[in-house]
Amino acid sequence: MKKTQNVTIKGTKDGLTLHLDDTCSYAELKQELNRKLSNSTRVQEEDKLLSVKVKVGNRYLSEEQQEELKDLIRQKRNLIVDSIETNVLTMEEAERLKREGEIVSIARVIRSGQVVEVTGDLLLIGDVNPGGTVKASGNIFIMGSLKGIAHAGCEGNDEAVITASVMKPSQLRISDHINRAPDQISDEEVKSMECAYISENNQIIVDRLQALIQQRPNLTRFEGGR
Amino acid sequence: MGEAIVITSGKGGVGKTTTSANIGTALALQGKRVCLVDTDIGLRNLDVVMGLENRIIYDLVDVIQGRCKIHQALVKDKRFEDKLYLLPAAQTTDKTAVEPEQMKQLIDDLKQDYDYVVIDCPAGIEQGYKNAVAGADKAIVVTTPEASAVRDADRIIGLLEKEEGLEPPKLIINRIRSHMMESGGMMDVDEVTTHLSIDLIGIVADDEEVIKASNHGKPIALNPDNKASIAYRNIARRILGESVPLQQLNDADKGMFTKIKRFFGVR
Repeated sequence: MKKTQNVTIKGTKDGLTLHLDDTCSYAELKQELNRKLSNSTRVQEEDKLLSVKVKVGNRYLSEEQQEELKDLIRQKRNLIVDSIETNVLTMEEAERLKREGEIVSIARVIRSGQVVEVTGDLLLIGDVNPGGTVKASGNIFIMGSLKGIAHAGCEGNDEAVITASVMKPSQLRISDHINRAPDQISDEEVKSMECAYISENNQIIVDRLQALIQQRPNLTRFEGGR
Repeated sequence: MGEAIVITSGKGGVGKTTTSANIGTALALQGKRVCLVDTDIGLRNLDVVMGLENRIIYDLVDVIQGRCKIHQALVKDKRFEDKLYLLPAAQTTDKTAVEPEQMKQLIDDLKQDYDYVVIDCPAGIEQGYKNAVAGADKAIVVTTPEASAVRDADRIIGLLEKEEGLEPPKLIINRIRSHMMESGGMMDVDEVTTHLSIDLIGIVADDEEVIKASNHGKPIALNPDNKASIAYRNIARRILGESVPLQQLNDADKGMFTKIKRFFGVR
């Protein structure tokens, strides 16, 4: 009955892949992994480090277990674990992912002294007055005037963008970049329908809204249609 | 059962006390029973503006700490027979002498006897502000057309919106100098109102007579001919539910008037 292998090693053009069976117990798996890696002496002796992908199927591995497996593999040979892939997500992770992908809409004026912070994208229907702050881990879209501070990608996402119907911010922040308004702004200058993003040379650029289509094609999530 | 209106601004010196005195006076002139409450404990001056300073025997803190009954502390304004009363603030202690719950109780008691309880709020957003807002049903935010005052008004509106049981605040723009608005040296009415995005309940022109009247302890609203007085009377009528068009700031300034008309949807 036994003797179906719990650990299989496959070579692909990107490197090695370790398939770990998801029906056996974790202890068994560890044991077999240990044995297999010690056995296979025909692995070339040269010093070159090989990166391996570990696929664990429908097994859930806690952070500690992941570390344990990585250590185990690293000790044996000149192998480096590139990634551990699993089909299983905890509720917590799933909810976090869901929140990050969501667009949170808020319809009110963000007034001086108020701070609004959301996970995911923020869609604000209203103004951000001077002294007010909006923060999002994703993008910020403002249907109104931005006169206060907007901080997009606040957990470190350089791809995040800020758009506003009227762009007159006191400060723009994207990820860990900061840009402040020039000291002299002429009132005549139309600042409507604009966007801000981080350019290739790591600066926050304010541009016409239309420019965003080229800069961040991933903003479009809609598929299909005509 | 009457209603309590708090007059607040965040920033000091924009005319909260003058506005409170004049709205109270104007409401009394309309035949309503009004009680003015000064909550600026330690820095009272509503009594000075009303010219009632030398009749004060007890004050707000005496009432709250049970040293006297409410009616003993109320100062009656003889100019209005039985219409206008003032509950003065204490001068010898500070804002921490009163808790918001005690204030709410006091205002609730006053609402039984008066049509309107007008609460004069101190500047700032600390204890004094919290006390003043505790018992209020409605709020009026006073600002001047200056960036600093508007910024503070914005902050206060944000705080008022969080307050439970309070209607959305209304806006008074005070100390308007029409020639400065025309020349663009001052934010115009439209600009302030859009920025703060709350309903405008009145605009008051800057007038030396207002200061003169306050110095004599006679609120300007008693003078039937003055422009600022009419502005305050109009505000009182709007509080009573009448719809009164906004005052024309300057006869020669048609552009401004059209703007205001447009603001109110009159074509």
